[in-house]
Amino acid sequence: MSLENFRKETKDWLEANCPQGMRQPIKSEADICWGGRNWTFASEDQKVWLERMAERGWTLPTWPKEYGGGGLSKEEAFVLKEEMKAINARSPLDSFGIWMLGPALLKYGTHEQKLEFLPPIARGEIRWCQGYSEPGAGSDLVSLRTKGVLEGDHYTVNGQKVWTSYADKSDWIFALVRTEADAPKYNGISFLLIDMDQPGVTTKPIKLISGKSPFCETFFDDAKALVKNRVGEAGQGWEIAKYLLSHERAGIVSEAAFGGLNPVTAAHQSGEVDADGKMSDPILRGDVARLTIDGLAFDATMRRVKEEADHGEGVGARASLLKYMGTELNKRRNELNMSALGYDGLLWEGEKESDGEVARSWLRSRANSIEGGTSEINLNIVAKRVLNLPGA
Amino acid sequence: MSFVLNEDEQMLRDSARAFLAESAPVTALRALRDEKSPTGFSSELWSSFAEMGWSGVLVSEDHGGVDMGYAAAGLVLEEMGRTLASSPFLSTSVLAATAFNLAGTDAQKSKWLPRIAAGETVIAIALDERARHNPDHIETRAKKDGNGFVLSGKKRFVNEGAGADLLIVVARMDDDQIGLFMVDPKANGVSREDRRTVDSHVPADFTFDDVKLDGDAFLSGADDSDAAYRRLLDAGRACQAAESLGVAEQAFDDTIAYISEREQFGVPISSFQGLQHRAAHLLGELELARSLVRRALTTLDTQPSQAPLWCVAAKAKATQVSRLAAAEGIQMHGGVGMTDEYDIGLYYKRAQAAGEFLGDDAFNAGEVARMSGY
Ligand SMILES: Cc1cc2nc3c(=O)[nH]c(=O)nc-3n(C[C@H](O)[C@H](O)[C@H](O)COP(=O)(O)OP(=O)(O)OC[C@H]3O[C@@H](n4cnc5c(N)ncnc54)[C@H](O)[C@@H]3O)c2cc1C
Repeated sequence: MSLENFRKETKDWLEANCPQGMRQPIKSEADICWGGRNWTFASEDQKVWLERMAERGWTLPTWPKEYGGGGLSKEEAFVLKEEMKAINARSPLDSFGIWMLGPALLKYGTHEQKLEFLPPIARGEIRWCQGYSEPGAGSDLVSLRTKGVLEGDHYTVNGQKVWTSYADKSDWIFALVRTEADAPKYNGISFLLIDMDQPGVTTKPIKLISGKSPFCETFFDDAKALVKNRVGEAGQGWEIAKYLLSHERAGIVSEAAFGGLNPVTAAHQSGEVDADGKMSDPILRGDVARLTIDGLAFDATMRRVKEEADHGEGVGARASLLKYMGTELNKRRNELNMSALGYDGLLWEGEKESDGEVARSWLRSRANSIEGGTSEINLNIVAKRVLNLPGA
Repeated sequence: MSFVLNEDEQMLRDSARAFLAESAPVTALRALRDEKSPTGFSSELWSSFAEMGWSGVLVSEDHGGVDMGYAAAGLVLEEMGRTLASSPFLSTSVLAATAFNLAGTDAQKSKWLPRIAAGETVIAIALDERARHNPDHIETRAKKDGNGFVLSGKKRFVNEGAGADLLIVVARMDDDQIGLFMVDPKANGVSREDRRTVDSHVPADFTFDDVKLDGDAFLSGADDSDAAYRRLLDAGRACQAAESLGVAEQAFDDTIAYISEREQFGVPISSFQGLQHRAAHLLGELELARSLVRRALTTLDTQPSQAPLWCVAAKAKATQVSRLAAAEGIQMHGGVGMTDEYDIGLYYKRAQAAGEFLGDDAFNAGEVARMSGY
C-alpha cells in the first residue's frame, strides 16, 4: 500500500475508532494507561481505545505481527504518529514492557520467549517492572549482589532491589541477578524474568518528595525463576542490561521533551503578564526565552539524531548525551514554571483535584537526572565513549 | 528539509575544509594582524573563493553563480569559522547577494550579481548605528531629492568597511520605511574611519554628509522594502551563526587535543573527571547549536516564511556556545591558554566579535520571546 493510501486509511480508522474522551491532552498521571492484571481503567473510553489499538497491533506499531505488533514500516509508523497527533489522540498504552523489556527481548530473546511474553505486553495484559538497583548498587550497578542459585529447572533467588518503579502494581519483574558466583563481576550476572505472583517476592512502597509512592523496595526470599525465563546466556545479563538502558534513556528523553505546562502559560495563569500579554518580569522573560531556544534546539537535535540513525550512524553512546541534555532541560522548564506561578505554584492541597499538580511535576522532574543513570554517570559515558577520553 | 548532508553538501564541506586548511589557516590571520593589513583580509584569498565557486553560492546560474542556497553558504562559513579565515564572503556573497536577490531591480541584479559571483567586488553592509546591534534604530536618512536621494547619517563598525568598493546602506526614507541604498565609499560627502577590532578584523565607521545619490542607487525591486530588510537580517543571522558554530567546533577540538596530550600528576589531564564533565557538557551544547544552525539554514532554503524564529534562535545559541567553548577552552588549557602562541585565545576573540554582529545571544533571545508572543 502506498504511504498516501496508508495515511488515508489510518485517518479514517482513527476517526471512526478513537473515542472522544481519548482525544484530549493528558492531564494527570491517571490518564496514562499502564495496563496489567490489576489495572483499573480510568474510563470506558480508555479501555475501548486500548482494545481497538491492540487488536491492530498499533500499541507497538513496528513490532512484528506474530508478536502482537503492527508490522508497520518506520515510515508508516511515523504517519500513524502524525495522524494520532492531528486528532490529539492519547497513547493507548505506556509501559516498561514497551520501552524497555520489549526491545531487549526482540534482540536477545528466543522465539518461544518472544511468543510468550511480547503479545501480553502489546495487549497491556501484563505489567513489568525493572529490578536493577540495589541498596549497595546504584550508579555502580555492576556490583549488585542479589543472588540466584541454579536448582534443576529454576534459579532460587535471594536479595533485595530498591527504587523499583511501580513494583507494587506490576505482575512480572525483569531483574539482574548474580548467578555465576565465581565469574568476574561483569560476567556473573543473568537477566531473569520473574513472576511476582509468588510468596518469595514482596514489595514495600517508598514515599517520595512528590507525596507519591511510585516505587518500592522489592525483596526476594527463595523466589523461583525458571531457567527457560532467562534471557540470553547465563552471565550475559550485563550486556543485555546496558542495551536496555539505552532504550530506557531514549524513553526518559522523549518523556522529558514531551510538552506539559510551559512558563508562558504559567505566567498567564498567575496573571504575571502585562495588558498586552507580555511576561511582566523582564529577567524571567529572558530566562524563558533561553529555555525556548534550548527547547527548539533539543527538538531539532532529536530529529537530527533520528535522521542520522536512519542513515546508519547509530545513536550509541550519544543516547547518554541526549538523556543528560533533555533531563536538565526538563528540570529547567519545571523551575521556570514554578517561578512564573509564584505563590500559586506553592499550592499543595486544597479543594481542587488539580491543586499541587505543578509542584508535583516540579518535584518529580528532579528525578529525571537520577533515574536511568544520573547526569554525572551519563557525562562519564559521553567522555569515555563519545570523546574517547581515558577511563578512570 | 534534511539534517543529514547530501552528497553535494558533503563534497562542498570537504573541499572547503581542505582548501581553507591550506590557504587560510590560523597563521594567515596572524599574518594579517602582524602586518597590520589595511583591510583585515587578503584579496588573493577572496579571488580564490571565486575560483572555488563559492562567491556565487547565492547567485543564480543566469547571473553566473552556482545557486546552492543558504545551507551551502553555511557550510563554507562553518569551515571559515574553524580556521578563523577572514574574508568578505559573509558581507558580499551572503548579505549583498541576498540584498540584491530580495530587493534589486532586474538591472541592478544583472549589473552586480555577476560581479559578486566572479569575486570582482567587495560589498559591505552599513547597518548599525549604536554600540549594540539594533535594527530598528536607523536614523540615517535618504531624502528624496528630484530623481535621486540625499543621504545623511552615521554607521558604525561596518564589516569589511575598510576594503569595500561598494556599500549597501540601510536608511530610512521619507515615509519612514527602511530602504537599501548603494553608495560608493569614495563619493563626495562620505568619510571613513577604520576601526581595528580585537579579532584582527578591520571594520569601519562611515559618516554620510548630504551624499547625493542617483535614483537607481535605491534597491527598489521589492514590493515591501521593510520586509526585505528583515529577511536580509534573518539570512545574515543564520549565516553568521554558522561561522560561530565553526569557531566553537574548532575551539572544542583544539581543547580536546590539548587535554589529551598535556600530563599532570603523571597522567593526561583529560583523565580528570572535572575536565571530562565540562568537555562532555560542551559537546552537548555544540550538538544543540549545530542542530539549530542547520535547521535555520535549510528552512531559509525551503520554507523562508518559517525561517525567522529559527534564524534568531540559531544566532542566539551559536553566539552563546561559541563564547562558552572558547572560554572553557582557555580554562582547560591552563596558563598556555593565555599566551598568544596558542590559538585558543584567537578563537575566544573571534567568538566575541562574530557574536556581536546582527545581535548577540541576549538580543536574539529577546527576538525569540517577541516572535513567540510573550
Ligand atoms: C524516579 C526514579 C525511578 C527509578 N526507577 C528504577 C527502577 O524502576 N528500577 C531500578 O532498578 N532502579 C530505578 N531507579 C534507581 C536509579 O537507577 C538509581 O537511583 C540511580 O542509578 C542512582 O543510584 P543511587 O540512587 O544509588 O545513587 P548513587 O549512585 O549513590 O549516586 C549519588 C550521587 O553520586 C554521584 N556519583 C556516583 N558515582 C559517580 C561517579 N562515578 N562519578 C561521578 N559522580 C558519581 C551520582 O551522580 C549522584 O549524584 C529509579 C530512580 C528514580 C529516582
